[in-house]
Amino acid sequence: MIRQKLAHLSFALAASVATLTAHAESGWNQLNMTQGVTHISREIYHLHMRIFWICVAIGVLVFGVMIWSIVNYRKSKGAVPDVTLVHNTKVEVLWTVIPVVILVVMAVPAAKTLVEIEDTTKTELSVKVTGFQWGWQYDYLDDGVMYFSRLDHRSDAARELLSGVDPESVENYLLNVDHPFVVPVDTKVRLLVTGADVIHSWWMPAFGVKKDAIPGFVNEAWFKIDKDKPGLYRGQCAELCGRDHGFMPIVVDARSKEDFAAWLKQKAAEQKQAAAPGAPSAAAPTAATEERAPWPKS
Amino acid sequence: MAEVLTHAEPHDEHDHTPHGWRRWVYSTNHKDIGTMYLVFACLMFFIGGGAAMLIRLELFKPGLQFFDPQFFNSLTTMHALIMIFGAIMPAWTGLANWMIPMQLGAPDMALPRLNNLSFWILPFAFTLLLGSFFVPGGAPAGGWTMYPPLILQTGAAFPMLIFAVHLMGASSILGAINVIVTIMNMRAPGISLLRMPLFVWTWLITAYLLIAVMPVLAGAVTMLLTDHFFGTTFFTAAGGGDPVMFQHIFWFFGHPEVYILILPAFGIVSEVIPTFSRKPLFGYETMVYATASIAFLSFIVWAHHMFTVGMPLAGQLFFMLSTMLIAVPTGVKVFNWTATMWKGSLSFEPPMLFALAFLFLFTIGGFSGLMLAIVPADYQYQDTYFVVAHFHYVLVPGTIFGIMAGVYYWLPKWTGRMYDLTLAKWHFWLSTIFVNVLFFPQHFLGLAGMPRRIPDYAVQFTDWNMVSSLGGFGFGLSQLLFPYLIWKCVRSGVPIGNRAWEGAHGLEWELPSPPPHHSWTEPPSDAVIARGCAH
Repeated sequence: MIRQKLAHLSFALAASVATLTAHAESGWNQLNMTQGVTHISREIYHLHMRIFWICVAIGVLVFGVMIWSIVNYRKSKGAVPDVTLVHNTKVEVLWTVIPVVILVVMAVPAAKTLVEIEDTTKTELSVKVTGFQWGWQYDYLDDGVMYFSRLDHRSDAARELLSGVDPESVENYLLNVDHPFVVPVDTKVRLLVTGADVIHSWWMPAFGVKKDAIPGFVNEAWFKIDKDKPGLYRGQCAELCGRDHGFMPIVVDARSKEDFAAWLKQKAAEQKQAAAPGAPSAAAPTAATEERAPWPKS
Repeated sequence: MAEVLTHAEPHDEHDHTPHGWRRWVYSTNHKDIGTMYLVFACLMFFIGGGAAMLIRLELFKPGLQFFDPQFFNSLTTMHALIMIFGAIMPAWTGLANWMIPMQLGAPDMALPRLNNLSFWILPFAFTLLLGSFFVPGGAPAGGWTMYPPLILQTGAAFPMLIFAVHLMGASSILGAINVIVTIMNMRAPGISLLRMPLFVWTWLITAYLLIAVMPVLAGAVTMLLTDHFFGTTFFTAAGGGDPVMFQHIFWFFGHPEVYILILPAFGIVSEVIPTFSRKPLFGYETMVYATASIAFLSFIVWAHHMFTVGMPLAGQLFFMLSTMLIAVPTGVKVFNWTATMWKGSLSFEPPMLFALAFLFLFTIGGFSGLMLAIVPADYQYQDTYFVVAHFHYVLVPGTIFGIMAGVYYWLPKWTGRMYDLTLAKWHFWLSTIFVNVLFFPQHFLGLAGMPRRIPDYAVQFTDWNMVSSLGGFGFGLSQLLFPYLIWKCVRSGVPIGNRAWEGAHGLEWELPSPPPHHSWTEPPSDAVIARGCAH
């Protein structure tokens, strides 16, 4: 009986070790923050690395002294305590002042980057981003284009409880949407982020942007993707927003300025046409209702 | 003296321990109430831990294998509430009950009946909270932070959550009042404030924090209650309210709360490290002032929990700088503990092992805290597993290990028996190894982009989640050694003298083990105080 249980246990362990090694490559590539594809995201990465190395340096020093004490001042090695060593003003002042200096050294570049991040002037394109339970709505304010973006079908089928679908077999499992958010590269895109029902958070790691989508508030954020970095970028909602919080990904489709202009023009025409057969005055709501259908056919 | 003699007879009667259930239900004795607090905390630690095991089970691999996402959200919400309000805070109050009168030369806590009340509120609070698993809509699933509007979508559990929080808050406030009154009035003659042990000092400051912020939490949840049931719109934008205001109020409570959870651990570590270094604490007064500074700063850093809500630049800069400033007094404490070991004579009994693990691993949690203070970087860390790793490093190998160190330090005093040291070392090594396997990879997950509070994840996060889950199961199982070890100690530990540890100082070690029903019926003599309160 016990042997059988042990056999089961060792099998389970072996199986998990096997799975681990099978994944080993992706695991070791997933250790650090992304550098991203914007100037700001790189600045953030460098701030992150700078504070990280400062922490490592302090850690080496402090842990070094601790380990030295643990190794050398053992009673078992006959260490005799120096009970007079209870106070040392010089050392205490030093280890108060040095951290303050380090913090100032760290705070200055952080503040600079923050000022840059908060500068939402001179933007070239404004998109209203609305989080809802559970998806995102993108509204190109100046161009009459608006659509919804939700988890794609394949992920949605696979993520059901005991769906029987192996998530490994689904491309970009949980990180794919039906309609990606299309933006131009090399353009300062301003997001006006808000929430329709509860608080969500629009997070795109590759851009270094995370902004809460709060009902009744309009938050501003912006990004400018490198000219040579068109492509698909993936992120997720970052604020607990109910049952399907884990299932409202964000996909940005960054295109060249020309491709974007063409896409926007076509999309605007499509939405206008879709609205045309009905009452012309109700153009936007009609488009909205159509897009709101549970899962538009692709 | 004459008076003492004339009252000797009835006084002995009074000392007689009541038996049966009355001893516990009607208890006004600080040790019995302390024991009840600790047993309750241990029970909640295992219930909250059970929730954590289920969370790690679902997260073992991608895809949903066990739970509906809504139930998963209930698990994360309840895990936090149970661990914070059910396990850690009652454990600290239990330790305060046991130790403060003994360490101050007092017979008991100042307000014994209040003490009874503050404990017996808790079982009702947690019956209410845990009962919410069985009502329509399930247990609260909006996160322990209870952000509106989401929390207003809670089903029948909503009022249960609010009233449970009220009860926990009332219990904490009563406990805090008792601690303050005891420390201010019950110190034996000759024990000035700056002669008190650091555990008492840190608890005194913690008690003030509790009294300052628990009413704030109560106010916040009351506004949620009226928003839900009475048509107010404190936090509803459509009615002119402000959902972000809740976050400000909540974190004005929430950040000092973080220090409520950790300060007593600082106190315990400040007692354990000198004992097993056979050397007085380095910079006693600096430690007191550093603790007070941390407590003060804890009131002006709250918004660092919400850098992404869209605050004005000046606000973000202020909260970044104030948060970074906390690293200074905290650093001073870590340096002082290290300096206490310097040129000491160290031995490595279980309390010292846990205190050392605290020292290393809490510092790692401090480092990630410093990283989180950098606002632009926080935009990438906020609400990811990096934050989960950070606060679990400060709360598990920080607070929980602090509690373990305290229990292993004083258990021989409480029971009069020494526990199985080898088994306790096993408990230590398994806990320390697994806690790192459990939480260290979560730093990687967060940096790689995994949000927190999600029941399922993209496949590239699989490896580290598996490692983390395996560490979690190992850590959870290792904790079963702890109650077994205590049970074994109580039943068959080797009887031990007054001073359980060679280097132990403090008035509690001047009492017999186990101590008498009323700890100090006469104030300790000057000689005893001089021996016990030597820093």
